[in-house]
Amino acid sequence: MSDTTLLVFRGDSIKTGTEQPFQVPVQEGMVVLDAIHWIQAHAATDLACRWNCKAAKCGSCSAEINGRPRLMCKTRLDEFAGEPIHVWPMRAFPLIKDLVTDVAWNYLVNAEITPFTPKTDEPVPYRMAADDVERVFEFRRCIECFLCQDVCHVLRDHDQKAAYYGPRYMVRIAGLEMHPKDTVNRTALLHREAGIGMCNITKCCQDVCPEHIRITDNAIIPLKERVAGRYYDPIAWVGRKLFGSKAD
Amino acid sequence: MSDATQTYTHDVLIIGAGGAGLRAAIEAAAGGASVGVVCKSLLGKAHTVMAEGGIAAALGNVDPQDNWQVHFQDTMRGGALINNWRMAELHATESPDRVYELETWGAIFDRTPDGRILQRPFGAHTYRRLCHVGDRTGLEMIRTLQDRVVALRIAVYMEVTLTRLLKDGDRIAGATGYNRQTGDFVTFRSKAVVLASGGWGRIYKVTSNSWEGTGDGVAMGFEAGAEVLDPEMVQFHPTGMVWPPGVKGLLVTEAVRGEGGYLFNSEHKRFMLDYEPEKKELASRDKVARAIYKEVQAGRGSPHGGAFLDVIHLGSDRIKKKLPSMYDQFLSLADVDITREAMEVYPTIHYAMGGLRVEPDTGATTVRGLYAAGEVAAGLHGANRLGGNSLSDLLVFGRRAGAAAAQFVKSVSLGALDPASVADEQRLLLGSLEGAGSENPYLLQQELQAAMQEGAGIARTDAGLRTCLQTILALKRRADNVHVAGSRLYNPGWHTARDLRFMLVISEAIVRGAIERRESRGAHWRTDFPNADPNFGKLNLIALKDGDAMRITTRPVPEMPDELADLFNGEVRQKSA
Repeated sequence: MSDTTLLVFRGDSIKTGTEQPFQVPVQEGMVVLDAIHWIQAHAATDLACRWNCKAAKCGSCSAEINGRPRLMCKTRLDEFAGEPIHVWPMRAFPLIKDLVTDVAWNYLVNAEITPFTPKTDEPVPYRMAADDVERVFEFRRCIECFLCQDVCHVLRDHDQKAAYYGPRYMVRIAGLEMHPKDTVNRTALLHREAGIGMCNITKCCQDVCPEHIRITDNAIIPLKERVAGRYYDPIAWVGRKLFGSKAD
Repeated sequence: MSDATQTYTHDVLIIGAGGAGLRAAIEAAAGGASVGVVCKSLLGKAHTVMAEGGIAAALGNVDPQDNWQVHFQDTMRGGALINNWRMAELHATESPDRVYELETWGAIFDRTPDGRILQRPFGAHTYRRLCHVGDRTGLEMIRTLQDRVVALRIAVYMEVTLTRLLKDGDRIAGATGYNRQTGDFVTFRSKAVVLASGGWGRIYKVTSNSWEGTGDGVAMGFEAGAEVLDPEMVQFHPTGMVWPPGVKGLLVTEAVRGEGGYLFNSEHKRFMLDYEPEKKELASRDKVARAIYKEVQAGRGSPHGGAFLDVIHLGSDRIKKKLPSMYDQFLSLADVDITREAMEVYPTIHYAMGGLRVEPDTGATTVRGLYAAGEVAAGLHGANRLGGNSLSDLLVFGRRAGAAAAQFVKSVSLGALDPASVADEQRLLLGSLEGAGSENPYLLQQELQAAMQEGAGIARTDAGLRTCLQTILALKRRADNVHVAGSRLYNPGWHTARDLRFMLVISEAIVRGAIERRESRGAHWRTDFPNADPNFGKLNLIALKDGDAMRITTRPVPEMPDELADLFNGEVRQKSA
């Protein structure tokens, strides 16, 4: 059994906290979360991290591993071939302690989204065709790890949380908008409060999604098209050009 | 963090935000109560999210012959007939409506060609009965309930751990504990409490459970005077991962066998044909788990000490469509492509059939104002739970407990707060930070897990159980001597120091119950008493607080009314006239 070095962020402020090195004995197939658990049991009982299922199903153990937002339970140590592994908290959210950040903002944003709203006289049990439900499945795979929110430069680098809900909630809205039994149109929400126009399609979010949801391609771009269809209709645009209207 | 205790007040306090807690919250709010939901993790991360295979409900969409009577019989037989028949009846009759209700809140299941909910076969269910979404049914359920709770603006307190129930005389008055994020102490005052805090799989070394499964709810209920029913009944899921070591115990969904997977031993023999010629791989979990155990004991195990679980014959497309997360889990964590290679599996601790004894219709425990639903409650599953019956359990009895609590609070006022009890709990909590102890809580937890795995595992003997009990009692003393570094701010070591005490309470109950039940029944396999004993088949065991000690007593298994007993063709005792 060989050792590997983990450099784990410790502290309750991102400014004053520092990386602390730990030598961890490695077993075959070990993941970063196993190493963090070893450190908790043997070297730092107060090392803070979130985790639950350890099977990439709950989305709790999000962190930045060598700078990349990933789930600790799904990141194998052997991938780093003995090189030191840097483990940091998500940087887009306020730090609480060590690897734990305050993600409450996500829950506040979520509560603003108009919930699923079927017709009041829709007969129960529902009949829905397989083809109609299967296109929604991709969005409902989301495990709310918030890695997409973490990597989104609108939220991370520009801290525009007041202007943009972030990729996770574009995925949620896409799932509602494409639900065969939902009756609400969320285009105005997307255009205004949700701020979908802030996204400039760099696709960083879908690169880091552990559920391989094609966030940009299948959620954000189709939603942008809906918003464009309503607010940026090309005929109206031509009209504004021709007649010099300042419009809107 | 501050030294002051933050106090919140609700009519109904719900402890736990998995399927049962959220369903109870929705119903209690609908009943007009002010509801607060407390969860140890973030909302949406509870163990329900790990459920994979599906929700059992006799919709009859795929097999029209299915109905509640068949589901009822399957559940009772699976539980080796020590279940509470009334709970099994309510569960079988109400599950279909609870599933359809989820759809009206936005859930989406896999469909039949004519657009109805698709159902898959599962262990010991007579018909194809499990409503599912691929192998991520629990995620679909928790997200749907979470969205509903958010839409109803129900108060949710995330990352708060409650560690003691508060009483006013003989009735519930609230609960107290701490906020994980800040370390502040918190107290909730309420007229009723619904415990929906899940199970205790973390007391074993090889487990499919998360850190949360430490038995807080059952231990708090026990300390408050509630009866713990059939604690010895712990389910070993037949198929957990065995390799690599870091993922040992991680669940391999029963849907793998439901979709047609075969179990082989090292001689490439499909051994379930011998053990259970009729139901084969889809026999009940206790039987499949024991068969794998016996094959490995006989020297016919896989390279890492398990059995082979093979789905290659299903074809790559079907595997990726119906078992996508299993495909991904094995590929990323074990370098195994399950479309080309067999999985290696071995039993893993999965579920607690035992728990707080409740009134079937309301979820009321024996403490006034205290309700329980979901895994923390007992009775429905008897000696062995069928796959898929857990998710429907959460919905049926979560709803019933929420409704009963909302009704109860209409007729009572808030109980008086007991400051001495709050102060006593805070002293206990601070002991590990401020005391002069020297034990490491994680290492004590690991010692307990090893002892339970060894002495109270899949195959049990009187001698092994008694050794295990001595270890538990010694660990109880050492738990008073735990010391942790750091402050109260998000300190997992500090949290573990308290969790350890809950784990020790329920471990003791399991082992004491297992010593008393001198027979083999369902998941409880005593190699020194290998057969079922009809006398024990008439008894449920009860663990009860008796001063500072724990006492095991018995209660007669409730007798079925004749019209239900008739379904079993004389296999069960007829109610005497």
